[in-house]
Amino acid sequence: MTSAESGHPVTGQRDSRLSADHLVIGYEDTAVIADLSVDVLDGRITAIVGPNACGKSTLLRGFARLLKPSGGQVILDGHDIGSLHTKEVARRLGLLPQTSIAPEGITVADLVSRGRFPHQKVLRQWSRSDDEAVAEAMRCTGVCELSGRLVDELSGGQRQRVWVAMVLAQQTPLVLLDEPTTYLDIAHQVELLDLFAMLNREQDRTVVAVLHDLNHACRYADQIIAMKSGSIVAQGDPKSVITEELVEAVYGLKCQIIDDPQTGTPLVVPRASPHVRART
Amino acid sequence: MTITQNDTAGVTFGRRQCVIRIGNVSARASWRAIIVVAALLVGAFAIAVVAVGLGKYTVAPADVLGVLTGSNTSFDRVVVLEWRMPRMLMALLIGSTLGISGAIFQALTRNALGSPDIIGVTSGAYTGALIVIAGIGGGYYAVAAGALIGGLVTAVLVYALSYRNGLAGFRLIVVGIAVSAVVNSVNQWIIIKIDFHTAVTASVWQQGTLSGQSWSQALPMTVCLVVMAAFLVAMGPQLPVLQMGDDAAGALGVRPDRARLAYLVVGVGLVALACAAAGPISFVALAAPQIARRLTASPGVGLVPSAVMGAVLLLVSDVIAQQVFSGSELPVGAVTVSLGGAYLIYLLISQARQR
Repeated sequence: MTSAESGHPVTGQRDSRLSADHLVIGYEDTAVIADLSVDVLDGRITAIVGPNACGKSTLLRGFARLLKPSGGQVILDGHDIGSLHTKEVARRLGLLPQTSIAPEGITVADLVSRGRFPHQKVLRQWSRSDDEAVAEAMRCTGVCELSGRLVDELSGGQRQRVWVAMVLAQQTPLVLLDEPTTYLDIAHQVELLDLFAMLNREQDRTVVAVLHDLNHACRYADQIIAMKSGSIVAQGDPKSVITEELVEAVYGLKCQIIDDPQTGTPLVVPRASPHVRART
Repeated sequence: MTITQNDTAGVTFGRRQCVIRIGNVSARASWRAIIVVAALLVGAFAIAVVAVGLGKYTVAPADVLGVLTGSNTSFDRVVVLEWRMPRMLMALLIGSTLGISGAIFQALTRNALGSPDIIGVTSGAYTGALIVIAGIGGGYYAVAAGALIGGLVTAVLVYALSYRNGLAGFRLIVVGIAVSAVVNSVNQWIIIKIDFHTAVTASVWQQGTLSGQSWSQALPMTVCLVVMAAFLVAMGPQLPVLQMGDDAAGALGVRPDRARLAYLVVGVGLVALACAAAGPISFVALAAPQIARRLTASPGVGLVPSAVMGAVLLLVSDVIAQQVFSGSELPVGAVTVSLGGAYLIYLLISQARQR
């Protein structure tokens, strides 16, 4: 665990670098999440799952201190995240937002290099380590051959990889992903998730992702946090969390859980409704 | 010290980059942007040298250069340095002030139409200045303070009226145009109500004019501009990061609301500065950042190219204003409105096509 240079230390040692402690958070007057505590496993992949509007994105935005808690706190490296300098947080924790805007006429390399912002100073705008981090991030995500292209001209899958490269150039040990696979076709979804798995295994980055697809969550995550109505219903490894009872309780969906023939992780198969004809 | 001409280590930016590193100090810019800015500076100097010699008493460009280097000590010296140079310099300073403010507002609204002269800030600054003139009679600093307050009130009003779960650029512009219309009629009402002599001065000034500039105005203008530019440099390049959306900016270590407020205050301050010196000159703030962006082929509007482009635009407009009708000169604002009006039509059509 690295020691923080500023901020108020929090009493009581935590095991993980990032955690939520009795967190109350939401938008304006409505608390989406009331009193939630959770530890993110270091060096692992954590998936946050749950139905629409269950507060999973809100929790992630709280972790990235994009939302200010109205109660409790998010703790990063033993300090209340709100008390840390914002650039210091950005050197430890990166986020791939759900919606982002590529400025008109920006090239891939230009966009990726903006991930270096938290490492730059007024007089140090482009050091050698900036160069190296951007080159490395583009190599990892396989966008080197696109580097001079305009972001506007890319396909959805390519564009998402470029944004991931931007987050990687930030060189943070913690990476948060807000529904990274939305709007991508199945091949690009798998490709991107494989990339996150590689980042976790080879570069030892802690990954926290909000995911819609339970089967993806089971296959890629070490820890699953299942949420409903702003609280955690279950957490743990995929096998113990994703059960037929839990899926029905959280999503109201009757299903059958079988083993993923490729990985042995749970595979959620929704029960067929009477309107669906069985074909043999 | 190293200056890298070619693409940086393993990273191809698509456009040739210039990287300068001296010890721990480093910077990067595209060569195209550097060349465009340099060319505009040279162009501005050349135009200024020729234009400063024009008028009833003409001075040849070579003699103007002689005055500048000190070798020409004839009456030309008085004409160039005392009579015409302050106005020339003010055109450059005010032009760059407007260019920077336009770039800030367009970046904040993420829209080429989001410039202070479209969204009412310039008109609001003029209202503030008018109230000061009508109420306590004027004085550069009092007028500047009035313009600053008027501009800020209008900006906050537009911001508040268009804010709904975050800031949407296009809604802000529509609200801004409406507020601008209201503020303009308030300005007309004030001009009708005040006494005749003040009203005549005020309505000439309403166009935006550079006539009657002297060294006593150039000095405070320069100081204020340098202070605000230093503040912008100290803020670091947060503006490009803000343009990536609030979530991405927040994750990269910028506090979007706080940064936006700081830029808004500086942007309004620049508008007020220009307004107090020369009245509400329109369209330079609108056009300069976009022309500069296209010339430099850079993503988003840049502060430095916009400043230089604004300086050139206002200088050229002022030369036209002084020379186009022999005998009587136009207010420079009339020229910028005519040039800018054509540009605005082009901009509206191209934005409407995108939608």
